[in-house]
Amino acid sequence: MQTTKSVKPKAFIDGSRLITEACVLAGADVFVGYPITPANSLYLYATKRFPTMLAAPDEITTLQWMTGFATAGRVPVTATSFPGYALMVESINMAFMQELPMVIILVQRLGPATGTATCGAQGDLSVVNGTLSGGFTLPTFCISNLDDCWSLSAKAVETAVKLRTPVVLLTSKEMVMTLLSYDWSNLPEIKPTKMTEFKGEGQYFPYKAGDNLIPDFLPVTQTKHQVRVTASTHDTKGILQNVLPEAIENTKRLQKKQDKHLSEFTFFDLDEQAGAEALILSYDITAQAAREAAVKIRETGKKVSVLIAKTLLPIPMEYIEIANRYKRVVVAEENLTGQLRQMLFGVAGRKGVTGVNAIAKMISPNEIVEEVLRNEY
Amino acid sequence: MNIKPFLTEAELPFCKGCGHSSVAQNTEKALQKMNLDPLDVILVTDIGCHGIIDKNFLSHTVHGLHGRAVALAGGVAAGVNNSDKKIITFIGDGGATIGMQHLIGAAHMGFNITVVIHNNMLYGMTGGQPSEFTPCGFKTPTLPEGSAKAGYDICEIIASAGASYVQRVAGVGDYSDSLVNAFSAKGFSLVEVMEICPSYGVKSNPGMKLSKVIEDSGLAVKVFVDGRDKEYVTPIDSSPKSLISDKFNVDVKYSHNLSKPVSIMMSGSAGEGVQSAAEFLAKAAMTAGLHATKKGSYPVTVGVGFSASEVIISPEPILYTGSPVPDVLIITSVDGLNYAKAAAARMKGGLLLVDESLDVPQTGAKVVKFPFRERVGARNSAFYSIFWYLNNNNPFPIEALKDIFMNNKISEKVKIETMLQF
Ligand SMILES: Cc1ncc(C[n+]2csc(CCOP(=O)(O)OP(=O)(O)O)c2C)c(N)n1
Ligand code: SF4
Repeated sequence: MQTTKSVKPKAFIDGSRLITEACVLAGADVFVGYPITPANSLYLYATKRFPTMLAAPDEITTLQWMTGFATAGRVPVTATSFPGYALMVESINMAFMQELPMVIILVQRLGPATGTATCGAQGDLSVVNGTLSGGFTLPTFCISNLDDCWSLSAKAVETAVKLRTPVVLLTSKEMVMTLLSYDWSNLPEIKPTKMTEFKGEGQYFPYKAGDNLIPDFLPVTQTKHQVRVTASTHDTKGILQNVLPEAIENTKRLQKKQDKHLSEFTFFDLDEQAGAEALILSYDITAQAAREAAVKIRETGKKVSVLIAKTLLPIPMEYIEIANRYKRVVVAEENLTGQLRQMLFGVAGRKGVTGVNAIAKMISPNEIVEEVLRNEY
Repeated sequence: MNIKPFLTEAELPFCKGCGHSSVAQNTEKALQKMNLDPLDVILVTDIGCHGIIDKNFLSHTVHGLHGRAVALAGGVAAGVNNSDKKIITFIGDGGATIGMQHLIGAAHMGFNITVVIHNNMLYGMTGGQPSEFTPCGFKTPTLPEGSAKAGYDICEIIASAGASYVQRVAGVGDYSDSLVNAFSAKGFSLVEVMEICPSYGVKSNPGMKLSKVIEDSGLAVKVFVDGRDKEYVTPIDSSPKSLISDKFNVDVKYSHNLSKPVSIMMSGSAGEGVQSAAEFLAKAAMTAGLHATKKGSYPVTVGVGFSASEVIISPEPILYTGSPVPDVLIITSVDGLNYAKAAAARMKGGLLLVDESLDVPQTGAKVVKFPFRERVGARNSAFYSIFWYLNNNNPFPIEALKDIFMNNKISEKVKIETMLQF
């Protein structure tokens, strides 16, 4: 009989519980929800945990209400899946232009269209990458395990608030619905983040930013300064201006502020083995299979490194730098054509880079092992 | 009294004679009559000609998307949560057409906002196309033969949706008192201002008079609802309970006999305890110091059809939570059999435990048949099957499962002894 190694009690929980708690601790205080499988567990936990929870009549309203809450200084969160996200797209563009913080948790399921609501997937990265018109990116994080449900959810809220932008937190059915034994006795502390408010005496320019490229915030409940919020191309006063240079500079700033702060919200796990010539690159729900595949390969005496991407957009250049150190890169992701692989290496690809892809089933560690060992390096 | 301006001194941005100008002026007048401070007013504007007015207003302004201003304003109102603040939404008949649900929804919720619909009976900004508000016979540049159908009576719709105050006015002269009434109402109020767009409306309908168009359309110029006073207050729970609690912890009391992970798939019918039994099994394994995962599969109609659950128990931390080929498959009903046939076929070894009443599916696993359903009835067959499995395979002590069972309210209804007759 084996003796138990650790007698520490573990909790039996799903990722939704950690995501919800972490968001609230990080400063989110409103949840607006519209039901959709597999995001419903987040909706349910939100009813118990968020100071304010509203049931919206549709996903466009969801995003509009969230934006309205944000103009008053509150920090909203929602959870949806592709069909709902598709309806939100124009409104996400709006909130992005208005520079209002919020987190959209996108729980992926099998598409296209309604697809299979109860089947997991990892197919929406390209959709998210294409959300904003004009080549702008929406800061996007992706959860790879229960630790991330906690820490990365908090970072999503923090990034949204600090950068004053909608942020997408990608996850999938498997992560939010499966129950797992988890030692949560040492969860890192999460502190709330608040928007920097304008403290000056003179005129308030709602879209004037200093060196950090992030304008100071004031809520529409202000009684000293006029606050203007707009989603149309605007100057620093928040007044609509077709294509005046000042207004276009302001629009360009929306990307620059992300690029400037990207290093503060670049998160990934890199497990490099000295002498390895192959790299497994993965994210989201396939990350755990990738981690397990590495264990299996190493057990055979072969060497392999693993990169788990957690910040997906804007793409940190580190990923390319790391990948370029390896002759062989296997990108494992649960979608048909390799969305992250194409984003990193282009449609033309790169010599030595291949994918492990699947839909309607989880990619297993063995499939990744086989692909890594296929062209013995 | 120190009356403050609500409009800048700049010229209004509309074509000459556009009804939108009169809405802006009447709005200022009404707010001044109410002696409000501009910074206690939040103007939320839609996309359309009327929406470009925000730059002329000295209040706070929020400018969003086409058709969504009412939903956005609802969010602002819920966020501000203070009925001393006036939240006013300007929207066109076009915006009200594409965003109709938001109007009905906001009235239904009772958000503290006043919606002013600038109904010029067409889409001004995009060149004079008809909206759903275009009256029968009314011509527009893209509909020179005139509309064949009547326009919406938005006031009737919104009145029945539960608004506190609803009025239609002809947008000429001084109608600021009507706006005062709407702005003063508690909850959701709406004023539909009938207007003419000189650039497209008048051109397409030469010699038209606004009063005649209104009369011909049969739309009543009147107050539809007054004094309903239904007001939305945003719920704020000041001390919601943490989702992290020791009560989810499972204490380790036993030891186990596993040297590698075991995946157990249970497949039965909805209502026969499959999901609970699987969860019991996983938790019991945890009390024996094992790591565990559990996930369910069922059709969207959770109350009928198959119900399956995959449990992994492992001496080492579990990374990948999939188990395409189970080590143990327990089938307790016909639905379960149909669902699990494919998994059974994939098994090259392991154990297939199947209810005696069922056909044995094709499999490479060792097959054991047992009369679970007959012994304890369909409802308890799943629970019984895991007791049976532990008793015969002993991955960890059956006592662990007894504990979990006894600590659950199911033990009040089902005697543990029935679960232990092997
Ligand atoms: C989603 C979307 N569809 C279409 C448009 C194009 N569009 C801009 S304004 C407008 C209509 C404006 O008409 P109305 O709301 O009646 O306002 P008006 O211009 O007459 O004041 C349309 C269709 C848009 N901006 N967004
Ligand atoms: S086009 Fe029509 S609605 Fe637009 S400003 Fe001119 S008159 Fe007014």
